[in-house]
Amino acid sequence: MKDNVSIIGAPHTNVNHDSAVKHVTGRADYTDDIALPEGTLHAYLGVSDVAHAKLIGIDFADVLAVPGVVGVITADDVPGVNDISPTHLNDEPVFPTDTIQFHGQPLFAVVAETRDIARRAAELAKIEYKALSHALDPIAAQEAGYPHVTAPLKLERGNVDAAQETAPNRIKGRMRVGGQDHMYLEGHIAFALPGEDDDVVVHCSTQHPSEAQHMVAHVLGVPSNAVVVNVRRMGGGFGGKESQMNLFCAVAAIAAKKWNRAVKIRPDRDQDMTATGKRHDFVIDYDVAHDDDGRIQAVDGCFAARCGYSADLSGPVTDRALFHADNAYFYPNVRLNSRPMKTNTVSNTAFRGFGGPQGVIAAERMIEEIAYATGKDPLDIRKLNFYGSGDRNITPYHQEVEDSILDRLVGELEETSQYRQRRQDIIAFNKTSAILKKGIALTPVKFGISFTATWYNQAGALVHVYNDGSIHLNHGGTEMGQGLNTKVAQVVAEAFQVDFSRIKITKTTTEKVPNTSATAASSGTDLNGMAALNAVEQIKDRLVKFASETWGVTSNEVIFLSNQVHIGQDVLPFEAFIKQAYLARVQLSAAGFYKTPKIHWDRAKGQGRPFYYYAYGASCSEVTIDTLTGEYRVERTDVLHDVGRSLNPVLDKGQVEGAFLQGMGWLTTEELWWDDAGRLRTHAPSTYKIPLASDRPRNFNVKLADWSENRELTIKRSKAVGEPPFMLGISVFEALSMAVASVADYRECPRLDAPATPERVLMAVDRLQKST
Amino acid sequence: MTFRTDIRFVLNGRDVTVPSVSANQTLLDFLRLEQRLTGTKEGCAEGDCGACTVLVGRLGKAGLTYVPVNACIRFLASVDGCHVVTVEHLSGPNGRLHPVQQAMIDHHGSQCGFCTPGFVMALYALWMKTPEPSKEQVETALQGNLCRCTGYEPIVQAAIAVSRYGTPASDHLNTERETMTLRLAALKDGLRVVSGPEDNLSILPASVDDLAVCLQTYPKATIIAGATDVGLWVTKFLHKIGPAIFIGHLEDLQTVERQGSFLLIGAGASYTDCQEHLSKHLPHLSRYWDRIAGWQVRNMGTVGGNIANGSPIGDTPPVLIALGAEITLRRGSDIRALPLEAYFLEYGKQDRQPDEFVESIRVPLPKPNDLDAAYKISKRRDEDISSVAVGIHMTVTDGIISDARLAFGGMAATPRRATATETALNGQPWSRESFETAAAALAQDFSPLTDWRASSDYRMLTAQNLLLRFFLENDAETTGPSQLACV
Repeated sequence: MKDNVSIIGAPHTNVNHDSAVKHVTGRADYTDDIALPEGTLHAYLGVSDVAHAKLIGIDFADVLAVPGVVGVITADDVPGVNDISPTHLNDEPVFPTDTIQFHGQPLFAVVAETRDIARRAAELAKIEYKALSHALDPIAAQEAGYPHVTAPLKLERGNVDAAQETAPNRIKGRMRVGGQDHMYLEGHIAFALPGEDDDVVVHCSTQHPSEAQHMVAHVLGVPSNAVVVNVRRMGGGFGGKESQMNLFCAVAAIAAKKWNRAVKIRPDRDQDMTATGKRHDFVIDYDVAHDDDGRIQAVDGCFAARCGYSADLSGPVTDRALFHADNAYFYPNVRLNSRPMKTNTVSNTAFRGFGGPQGVIAAERMIEEIAYATGKDPLDIRKLNFYGSGDRNITPYHQEVEDSILDRLVGELEETSQYRQRRQDIIAFNKTSAILKKGIALTPVKFGISFTATWYNQAGALVHVYNDGSIHLNHGGTEMGQGLNTKVAQVVAEAFQVDFSRIKITKTTTEKVPNTSATAASSGTDLNGMAALNAVEQIKDRLVKFASETWGVTSNEVIFLSNQVHIGQDVLPFEAFIKQAYLARVQLSAAGFYKTPKIHWDRAKGQGRPFYYYAYGASCSEVTIDTLTGEYRVERTDVLHDVGRSLNPVLDKGQVEGAFLQGMGWLTTEELWWDDAGRLRTHAPSTYKIPLASDRPRNFNVKLADWSENRELTIKRSKAVGEPPFMLGISVFEALSMAVASVADYRECPRLDAPATPERVLMAVDRLQKST
Repeated sequence: MTFRTDIRFVLNGRDVTVPSVSANQTLLDFLRLEQRLTGTKEGCAEGDCGACTVLVGRLGKAGLTYVPVNACIRFLASVDGCHVVTVEHLSGPNGRLHPVQQAMIDHHGSQCGFCTPGFVMALYALWMKTPEPSKEQVETALQGNLCRCTGYEPIVQAAIAVSRYGTPASDHLNTERETMTLRLAALKDGLRVVSGPEDNLSILPASVDDLAVCLQTYPKATIIAGATDVGLWVTKFLHKIGPAIFIGHLEDLQTVERQGSFLLIGAGASYTDCQEHLSKHLPHLSRYWDRIAGWQVRNMGTVGGNIANGSPIGDTPPVLIALGAEITLRRGSDIRALPLEAYFLEYGKQDRQPDEFVESIRVPLPKPNDLDAAYKISKRRDEDISSVAVGIHMTVTDGIISDARLAFGGMAATPRRATATETALNGQPWSRESFETAAAALAQDFSPLTDWRASSDYRMLTAQNLLLRFFLENDAETTGPSQLACV
């Protein structure tokens, strides 16, 4: 047996994204690229132009008079239940019946022979309503007595009141943290094909095919077995396609069944951005007590979120904000409350980090406050408060932190980035530079991995080996660019000991794997990799049994290796062995399953182990600001990130880099701006500014912590990578804060809200200059 | 006069004749819906994301030149006589990947892949023009392309590496240049084109003189040069634009040349057409120019259009007003000139008659004692609409300021001069105090609006600070850097 021979595309090696060639040649098909059947109709949404109103009626006469319009779909056309709320709170109708709840809310759909006709006709409806007063942000909502959209959460440990009374220092502050649009390059889209009986097939761009399936069944009033949802790939998701696709799938399916014709619906970018949810913006009030060294003694925090008109995923999102309000720091006494406020805005939803980033930035702001109050380097305050091992290691939700590697990770980054020296140099530079000021910050991240809704932590896969030895892989996860399919195929390739190229990765379909969870919470590879591996192991068990019986050898003598199968002294090419197994009537297909062990969560008590493990990372960013205009640039960023034993280092690095820039965008130029009437005015890339190539750090050094290995038995000891590095962008924000603080000789922690647009930076500079 | 009613061009390798093209038909919809060339994507339909980037080759005075453009806001009629190249045309007939494609794969430049064809096309154009680009050149070329997945680093690395995979000389657009030149030349029949249904005509005049005639026949027609604004009227606002008169093909409107102490900019000259002349004659505008939109839009959009549409936030009017530019308007054979600042009457209203068109812009070139500067403030540095745009001109003789002309965009309903501030500067000594006093006077000139781009307070404060910047940059006493290095 040659042990130096391996396979091409094994785990822990760099394998190209499986669709890379198709991406660069334009041959990768997205939903809008599917060739349409004869007679396909197109739907377009008609939306409200008022933020809050009693809906009296809609006159469609002018709409229906347009040549090419086939009809309209309203709440009256919903054959089943008029509700698509993902948490089944019955608060999110497909189309409302009596109350308009936000500006831009979909009220009906026009169905026509072409998209252009439907779109133009949708403008012609006369909507009669009686306007009501509205509240747009969480503070206005609280003042107006608006309810929570979902039950708030409280996390508590220790005795905050007592600790605050005896603490030598207390700092109270408020930070506003803006939301974020996903700005996936491919917008929402659904394409429904009616079938016989109550059947319908929907092609769409969703991270959660099973939910789309259940929602379509729910609104059509048919069992789930009548609905098939297919996703080949998405042009980006980032959480924005976890629940928000339900509306489009429902409308396409209703129309397809109503007219018995294929129906496609694709909003334009502006409608996509106004009618679908975003990252929650928060108003965070914190009260932190600390000793004279800067060690935190108590934290009292209140996290009020703009949830929009319905719950959607706001419950788990605001929960996760609390779960991450400690970031990497031990709070001896802590009380955290969420305020998931109803507002007359679009219902906010999942977005990479899922509330976690808003919690983490609150922790980092508190650290900065303490650093300015004590006159110390913020990094020293960070290190002083890191979770310990053995003691000082209980989170606000009573989970023990068992796997912290931050001491080592941050220590390494501190060295390699030359943080200390550069900070000194920057302080010296700022003394002499009149207009330009620099800042530097090194911030850590600790991110909990698992869905906090414990039942979502399950996955299925279906693996077929065809009798020519080719392998067909299907799992419940969806591909949105992250390389999930590539990684899962690597796992399957290694398990069968065949080259990666032998595995065909297919679209995700509810026909093959049922009851899947959203590809979200960074869990795609952890869950689906394990499920696929389980399927392979079932097939292999049968193959080993077949081989040992047929060849008369022990099962230990059957070894899959390098595209071959070794059976005793015999060596067969994989495909020849498979052919024999087929002829011997061995079942060559298996459904795999996985559920994450160890986790449990009691929300009422606020206690448990919601997370299987934590992923860690740290980044160090240096910025220069212009104190005349507030403009800035990121000069350099160094990242060291933990993905355990990486399944595919080059794909993981891509996730880390992309997440960093997206996190930086959230905190810098990406600003959601509503006018007083409740209209979102930043609703397309012309007005909503995500980072460009020229915004990325001038010098960008990203490394994976290649020594890290997940202490839990995850797939190949890797760690989830989708969300954790998003929070690395916080180092840019804190570096900007330092540059601002320099104009008042670092005496004061600047009042800087997010996103730190050039305007916010200049205004913070101006305030500090005027106060000195 | 004989008309032609169809639109003819070369699409990838094929000659295409479209019998009837409506004014508002976009190139992107034609490619995706009628030709099923689905590699070109719609990301935003407003020329901001670049997912729809294609190359358009046009035969002009300088021969056949290809530029990347946004197909989403490019009207189909306007590619008459052109060679349109989509991502499907990159790999050779043997299926071999193009150097740009291979570089992107090897550097892991795609994740979700949706923006990728657009990036590939922009990088293709860059490689043809600048085979060994610097990082900064790559970034400038990619200002019009958004990627939400990668963080751009691998794409920039791929762009820098493309020439390791092949040379532009062996690219088929170059090897077939002569035959394509002949094919396109054969399409030029010198005829006016009038295409599309009667209520939505696309008109391509045969010449500038014919344009004047067309406008008298269709005085209510929408004049479309680069379509970078009018495109959005269609894709975003669903406005009717027909009849539309397209002028992007009129070479005689695209002249950019020095005429004595002036730079003459033809109204049809694109931002890109102007760039090399600016670096020679008006160097202070060179970097500013690269911050106007992205590369695709700079290849389409024109200075004439930027002026003619009267936007209060247009990037070029403030800097041109500060320089004392004049525009020439033509109606039939009548020509009149007026100072650019006089053209903007009020919000949405310009001094242009329906059958009149902007023919050219005459920009006086700076003289020895002149100081000129151009500043742009935006939320994102590149490819963003200004919150404040400023052009500053003055003469300093023996330490005394005269002839101050300060023009601002984003501060009022039209691009406008700051007359009180100018008065505060003229006759004053060159000193920080003079500029601080002048900055205070800006509050008499403007009461800017608050909107999603910037608040009123920020607009005023930065505008004032930019006066100070102008002083610091031109003052011999200043030490240390006072402006961020631009890309």
